[in-house]
Amino acid sequence: MQVDLQGPWSPLFGRLTLDAIPYDNPIIVGTFLGAATIGLIVVAAVLYYKKLPYLWREWLTTVDHKKIGVMYIILGLVMLFRGFVDGLMMRTQQVIAVGPDSPGVLGAQHGFLPPFHFDQVYSAHGTIMLIFAATPILAGLGNIIVPLQIGARDMAYPYLNAVSLWLTTAGAALIMLSLFVGQFSNAAWVGLMPLAELPYNPGVGVDYWMWAIQLSSLGTTFNAINIIATIVKMRAPGMTWFRLPVFTWVNLSTSIIGLTAFPVLGVALSLLTADRYLGTDFFTVGHGGNFMLYIDLFWIWGHPEVYFLILPPFGVFSEIVPTFSEKPLFGYLTMVAASFAIAGIGWSVWAHHFFTMGMGPDLNGYFSSATMLVGIPTGVKIFNWLFTMYRGRITFTTPMLWAVAGIFLLLFGGFTGMMLSAPAINYTVHDSVFVIAHFHCMVLVVATGAFAAVAYWWPKVFGFKLDEHNGKLFFWTFVLGSVVVFVPMFGLGLEGETRRLDYIFNPQWRPLLIAEEVGIVLYCISIFYFLKMIYVSLRDRVPAGDDAWGTGRTLEWMTHTPVPFYNFAVTPQINALDELAWRRENGLDKVKPETFVPIHMPSNTAVPVIIGVLAMAFGFGMIWRIWWMAGAALLAIIVAVIARSFDKNQGYILTAEEIAKLESKTELASVIAEQPKRAPLDHVEAH
Amino acid sequence: MATIAKAGPNTRLWNAEADEHDTISTRTFGFWLYMLSDALIFTSIFASYAVLSTPMNLAGGPGPAQVTNAVEGFWQTLIILGSVFAYSQATVALKNGSKAGVAAGILVAMALGVAFVSMGWHDLAALTAQGNGYSRSAYLSIFFTLIATHGLHMGIGILWMLIMLVQIARFGFTADVVARLLNLRMFWQFQATIWVLVYVYVYLLGGAA
Repeated sequence: MQVDLQGPWSPLFGRLTLDAIPYDNPIIVGTFLGAATIGLIVVAAVLYYKKLPYLWREWLTTVDHKKIGVMYIILGLVMLFRGFVDGLMMRTQQVIAVGPDSPGVLGAQHGFLPPFHFDQVYSAHGTIMLIFAATPILAGLGNIIVPLQIGARDMAYPYLNAVSLWLTTAGAALIMLSLFVGQFSNAAWVGLMPLAELPYNPGVGVDYWMWAIQLSSLGTTFNAINIIATIVKMRAPGMTWFRLPVFTWVNLSTSIIGLTAFPVLGVALSLLTADRYLGTDFFTVGHGGNFMLYIDLFWIWGHPEVYFLILPPFGVFSEIVPTFSEKPLFGYLTMVAASFAIAGIGWSVWAHHFFTMGMGPDLNGYFSSATMLVGIPTGVKIFNWLFTMYRGRITFTTPMLWAVAGIFLLLFGGFTGMMLSAPAINYTVHDSVFVIAHFHCMVLVVATGAFAAVAYWWPKVFGFKLDEHNGKLFFWTFVLGSVVVFVPMFGLGLEGETRRLDYIFNPQWRPLLIAEEVGIVLYCISIFYFLKMIYVSLRDRVPAGDDAWGTGRTLEWMTHTPVPFYNFAVTPQINALDELAWRRENGLDKVKPETFVPIHMPSNTAVPVIIGVLAMAFGFGMIWRIWWMAGAALLAIIVAVIARSFDKNQGYILTAEEIAKLESKTELASVIAEQPKRAPLDHVEAH
Repeated sequence: MATIAKAGPNTRLWNAEADEHDTISTRTFGFWLYMLSDALIFTSIFASYAVLSTPMNLAGGPGPAQVTNAVEGFWQTLIILGSVFAYSQATVALKNGSKAGVAAGILVAMALGVAFVSMGWHDLAALTAQGNGYSRSAYLSIFFTLIATHGLHMGIGILWMLIMLVQIARFGFTADVVARLLNLRMFWQFQATIWVLVYVYVYLLGGAA
């Protein structure tokens, strides 16, 4: 049904007016000033050190999978911080706003966040953490490591890879923009229907949420295509399927999920878009709409998405545990099978997110038992890691600590998940913070996996290790913080605290809420140690060897450290599972190639970053209904894609002499070093 | 399990010839993956169609039997299959390296594609003119979405064909152009397959109900 738009609209600026800038809110103004100051300092530093051409040539226009991966991870970490601040605000609001006598400031009756603002904060927290923090970090890890582990020079489609990154970045930029221009959705990260429909949500908040997710999920789908094609088509000779490292296997399974699940989200959001913009009736009340359809579509994506996030950390643990136990992975084949079992079952459990919908006992029974099945492959994985550690020579480096903590968190999250899979229990704790504590244990596995991976593979990319001392302080404060926040939350959930409360009506919950706040303070300390870890490591730069940890088993540790932009000087021939471990046992791990052949490399291109900027303009135009802007941006994207297909640049050739020179001094070939310009080819024979 | 084979004198550690990847097959494979995701888009829309086509979703408006015409849909089916056949002829000409043959095949495929899209457009416009537009009921919303999504894909295919005509003339059959022509063939056949599904599930089943 067509609904009239509230508020003014002009052809030039759409719905955008000066009122959209929340200059009367001291929290947002403070954030803006902080962000603007940091932004200005960064820009000034780039200009002062004349790094702009370097930034443009080596990073913004790059098609190198390692640089793209690094940028993904930086994006993810920035958004992780933003999402954390949202969490901090929610916890602080809940610890203040307890009981009718609790104080209120800044226009709030209780606490410091009025309900509408609080609702935006939790919606942003969920959206950002899952889609703009976890997903880019994991995509970045896959980008950096998968080609190295299979002996490839790059991803299958380097150009598409850059497009994926910049589409994701465009979505993230829109979310950040929603903080300072307009508002964010108050309909939760899942988009509660029909609350997210235009009659009940006339502002631009839901539009920001919708378009930001839509753009980034397009990027994620492209990235999934790229990773699958890379693994299937780009493996080095001898790298048979059952010699693939487990991290590569999980990237294959997770990308299959990404490829098949994200289109469903795209459809769910597009139907909502049609409802809000065109006046269709998919999820409306009346006119035959059915808003439970949205919830089904959303979770048909949403549950596979959860496994999309959890599988890469499983792969990370499967790399780290053998390395630091100095043993091959226990049960390689079962590990691979379990990854695909988890991915497969992930497709058939979505309705356990809404047992209370009233599907009836048959469907609830089916989804309940399907959910319980997930425990089997996950259990297999846990036992495999434990048996790998059993009688191993374990060294507790930072990555190993993160991996062990991840396994513990997986147990917490897994067991409570088993409780929730029983509809009888689920009915009593539905939408309580017990569920929140459960899935935070699970997504914290993603966090520990990500931090483990960053610490583990950092030397490969940058040439030096992260500082172990500060890394361990970061680890302990983070894990302690997680326990102190989420263990009390389980208790509060069982006592009946529902989720998304901006006011706590039961003063007896105060002690546990204070405990949670203590946990948040520990998290803040952990951020300090994280930054200190990065600072100390950058300052000291203790060079790491090719096999940085000395006990690496897989192909990526056979390249130089830091890894050259062409990865392998000569493509390796694979002889065994865990090729490097095999070569070490045969005394061949120090053997380097002596003769080189020319390498065909792709040229950098500005088209992806331009598409990213245009996509953001398109999103912004749609959000504020500035039709000329959205139309022009969409047209420009189409023109850019077509124009690029007329580009005859076929990359360039790195000659054998040049490779020999770079190999003797690999820091010159490192991904962070500036490369001289190389003339492109304009014609290449089809292979 | 990891077999600890010993390295011998013939063990090969590096393989300099391995860099030659078959770029056309890599691109075709990626396109198959894209089509899988596109198939999921249509699957979700079909599922939504199934959910939203009960009497409750009509909101007093017309249902499948009133908005579809199986005979007209049959003509559309013949036209789209004819277009696919014309494109197949272009692929045969590609094998023989005949620029004119490829161009002719694509032109016929394009013309039939345009005819198909205009018939669909005409149907939707007629419904809207009767007061049964997409905002009439949830059923009409999903019906319009299904037809329009397919039509949008067809439109992109037609634009793609236009670009390929230019590229064939300008570049000849380079690796890039051949890869694009092969991907376009898959895309076009895929859209025809989707249409057959639309015809069966919406036009035939709807007419029977």
